[in-house]
Amino acid sequence: MTATALRAPGGNERRLATPLDVERLRADFPILHNVRIDGKPLVFLDNAASAQMPQPVIDRLVRYRTWEHANIHRGVHYLSETATAAYEHARSIARGFLNAGEDREVIFTSNCTDGINLVAHGYGRKFIGAGDEIIITHLEHHANIVPWQMLCEEKGARLRIVPVTDAGELVIDEYERLFNPQTKFVAITHVSNALGTINPVKAMIATAHGHGVPVLIDGAQAAPHLKLDVRDLDCDFYAITGHKIFGPTGIGVLYGKAKLLESMHPFKGGGDMILSVTFEKTTYNHIPHKFEAGTPPIAEAIGLGAAMEYMTGIGHDGIGAHEHALLEYATELLGAIRGVRLIGTAKEKASVLSFYVGDVHPHDVGTILNQEGVAVRTGHHCAQPLMQRFGVPATARASFAFYNTFGEVDALAAAVRKVQKMFA
Amino acid sequence: MMDSKQLYQEVILDHNKKPRNWGKLEEATHRSEGVNPLCGDHIWVAMKVDGDRIEKIAFEGESCAICKASASMMTTAVKGKTAAEAGNLVEHFRAMATGKEDLETSGRHLGRLTVFAGVRDLPSRVKCAILPWHTLHAAFNQQGSTTTEGAADPVAQDA
Repeated sequence: MTATALRAPGGNERRLATPLDVERLRADFPILHNVRIDGKPLVFLDNAASAQMPQPVIDRLVRYRTWEHANIHRGVHYLSETATAAYEHARSIARGFLNAGEDREVIFTSNCTDGINLVAHGYGRKFIGAGDEIIITHLEHHANIVPWQMLCEEKGARLRIVPVTDAGELVIDEYERLFNPQTKFVAITHVSNALGTINPVKAMIATAHGHGVPVLIDGAQAAPHLKLDVRDLDCDFYAITGHKIFGPTGIGVLYGKAKLLESMHPFKGGGDMILSVTFEKTTYNHIPHKFEAGTPPIAEAIGLGAAMEYMTGIGHDGIGAHEHALLEYATELLGAIRGVRLIGTAKEKASVLSFYVGDVHPHDVGTILNQEGVAVRTGHHCAQPLMQRFGVPATARASFAFYNTFGEVDALAAAVRKVQKMFA
Repeated sequence: MMDSKQLYQEVILDHNKKPRNWGKLEEATHRSEGVNPLCGDHIWVAMKVDGDRIEKIAFEGESCAICKASASMMTTAVKGKTAAEAGNLVEHFRAMATGKEDLETSGRHLGRLTVFAGVRDLPSRVKCAILPWHTLHAAFNQQGSTTTEGAADPVAQDA
């Protein structure tokens, strides 16, 4: 157990404990110590938008590109077989990361959005019709709203929305009341990207299954923070993206129960997703290949495997405990600054902190924080309905990863006090 | 990269805190609404134009400090000016904010409005500063509303 002594504002000595050797981990992230903003060290608190890649992942990408690249599932030659083996090995790693039962239930996508669209097309267009209802929540990212809205428009189906409380928690009673014989699908986020709320998805899935309704979980924001177990959740689909879990962009994973995946339409047509093609008829390939048309992002899939192994190497318990300590410390420091309003105060939260400083617009906050070297996200976080719910056009959002330090939380708080002073 | 302290200068903070010509203008002859959907800046500009001259101008809305200060300083700059003079300011302000004009030239035309020159180094904030001017331009052209996105994107247009 490493403990860092810190002087908290007000002069009270306090000890902040973390199970992680954060300095050793930070050494794996060149960008964290190489980049300076106006001469100030970078304080990267925009991890919920995209996290940084550790050296082992960068090295794996370089090794693949230097020594191993060829197209997969094609040639009988050495490189093609090497690349195929590495790509399929990444699939096995992803299966383990999600605790899925079989490799064939793991589909490589280009990101979480792509995974959700795959289900909206492959499942939704086949099984959802006029008058049917799809349940989503007020916490969703646009990626888990728009594909369902498009499906509803096409089919004459209807979206039903689970409301949120002022703290940013789902109103579960209302969720349960939304079910009726027309309910055909549920799509909910595991962790809110804008507020950090961790939703009780396991119980929500059980409720849906009680009505015979399948459930997709948007896991984009859960994967960086929580140990995932799709079999324990018993979800029907679970979508994640690579670049939020310290892997490359352009790669994501969709888990789906084999039976459902087999019953679905393909999403995209093309090479690799077929068994045989004539001009009269095409026979589709087995899962998962049925959903992986065309040459996939091979290096990115392999890099994602390396990122998952890196996270597993650190251990989710340590990651979770450290991030929770950062969140508590940040909540305390920011909460103590006059005029700072925290948006999203759910009991169960991942390390995401949305806030407002007095009546200063979040974009001004973001620009001034940047001047202090502090990178936060400002904007509507692709969650405009949620922003409307809280009556704000946007928020500033700090999101912490396992490589962030208590000192960086101090830097955030100091920068926020500067904003407050400037606009006083 | 520029120092954002240079952008958030006293004059900008002051106009943000105490915006000039803030409010509605019942007798307006020209109005427009400006929206930047990406950041949520949303303002209304109203003018009373007598003959060719801006006799009165007012604005209101919800926006960041850069947008509000830019609108406030714009109203003081164009009040009493002819449409052609105001149009000239719009053109130079856009050129300055998008870095299409050297600061000396901008300074000759814009005077203390060059306090906004810092946004040229902050691409994500250029539209905040330009939106009021874009809206003024739309009001002159009797366009009820305008946006900084799509076909009307002032940054893309100038690029």
